[in-house]
Amino acid sequence: MTKLHIIAFDGTAYDIDAENGSTVMENAIRNSVPGIEAECGGACACATCHVYVDDAWTGVVGEPESMEEDMLDFAFDVRPNSRLSCQIKVRDELDGLIVRVPEHQG
Amino acid sequence: MPDVTKTPDVTKTDVLIVGAGPVGLFAVFELGLLDLKCHLVDILDRPGGQCAELYPEKPIYDIPGWPLITAQGLVGRLMEQIEPFQPQFTFNRMISALEKREDGSFRATTDEGEVFEAKAVVIAAGGGSFQPKRPPIPGIEAYEGKSVFYAVRRMEDFRGEDLLIVGGGDSALDWTLNLQPVARSVALVHRRAEFRASPDSVNKMFGLHEEEKLRFQIGQVTALAGESGVLRSATVKGPHGEVDIPCTRLLPFFGLTMKLGPIAQWGLNLHENLIPVDTEKFQSSEPGIFAIGDINTYPGKLKLILSGFHEAALMAQAAKHYISPAERIVFQYTTSSTSLQKKLGVA
Repeated sequence: MTKLHIIAFDGTAYDIDAENGSTVMENAIRNSVPGIEAECGGACACATCHVYVDDAWTGVVGEPESMEEDMLDFAFDVRPNSRLSCQIKVRDELDGLIVRVPEHQG
Repeated sequence: MPDVTKTPDVTKTDVLIVGAGPVGLFAVFELGLLDLKCHLVDILDRPGGQCAELYPEKPIYDIPGWPLITAQGLVGRLMEQIEPFQPQFTFNRMISALEKREDGSFRATTDEGEVFEAKAVVIAAGGGSFQPKRPPIPGIEAYEGKSVFYAVRRMEDFRGEDLLIVGGGDSALDWTLNLQPVARSVALVHRRAEFRASPDSVNKMFGLHEEEKLRFQIGQVTALAGESGVLRSATVKGPHGEVDIPCTRLLPFFGLTMKLGPIAQWGLNLHENLIPVDTEKFQSSEPGIFAIGDINTYPGKLKLILSGFHEAALMAQAAKHYISPAERIVFQYTTSSTSLQKKLGVA
């Protein structure tokens, strides 16, 4: 199990034991984290699971691929540490990962 | 005295289907086998619903008999499958009002005023109707309809205006290029220098930017300035800080999102924006109005296309009974029934 810390916009922290291979979005939905809508169900086809990766973690998590970049165009207040949480796969190196949910998903 | 007020043209059909996604399309098949003609209305400009709009190229792995099919591929096969029943389509429209008449039939009106009369109504509206995304710019609502528009209905409306167009897809680029000769000035704002639009449009846009016939600015709009809905300028936060861009019209193109929309006003019982139905008839709280696919809810509901197909089959039986209560429905298989095969045009 890999620990994820998903912080809702109101500051509530959701500490989640996640299975490797699952996505951060799936874990957020399973634990009813407010603000993660995931309208398309994880197909990288909307931009409603947008999160900000904690600055300490951006290097480990990595950059979005071009399809995800395209989808991020539909998100709001996109920052250099923006990612779509359906495209972040949980793995050992992400143990302790912190991501924050933006105010809106659009 | 004869009524001289102009009455709108009325389209009559057996069953009005609200939503032309995969489940609405398959309902045409099941209703067609029971001799019911269908008319489908959808806010999008083509059939397929979420399959067409959200993820056309994505693979689906849980359609029985199709180990892998793309969403658009599935829509194409469904259109082929229902072709014998000659369904009628009205696209780019939303059913805004629905009323039941004394004889148990229904009258539905679109957002553009077209009227439909149907003996039964099937709501297969998925997550609701697709509507343009509103960017969360503080106070943007006050400018909507006056200075902020999410679509271009008439180019003339933008003649002589200072336009600010936001987005990086084909809509943003196409309207930037089409409105540039008409407007007094055009600025395009996108959060990066890469676009999702056709390379040809992107090159044209950069060409006009070089010639100083339009302005391209990297950034995101964070604030609007103006009074009483009349826009004066927008603040754009870019990689090198904030700039104010003077503009009288703002056109944001951020794609579509799903909203339940007018269905909430049809007097049906709702539960968390879904329509509760029974699992025998898939009927709403109003007899004669059925709900199938992602829009309905019942104990054990799964939002799967295959579940919607099953719901369509059972709903069709109930709709037939609602429309022709005296008629006995003989259960038949398409593999062996000559009468069904005739309807399918294969016998």
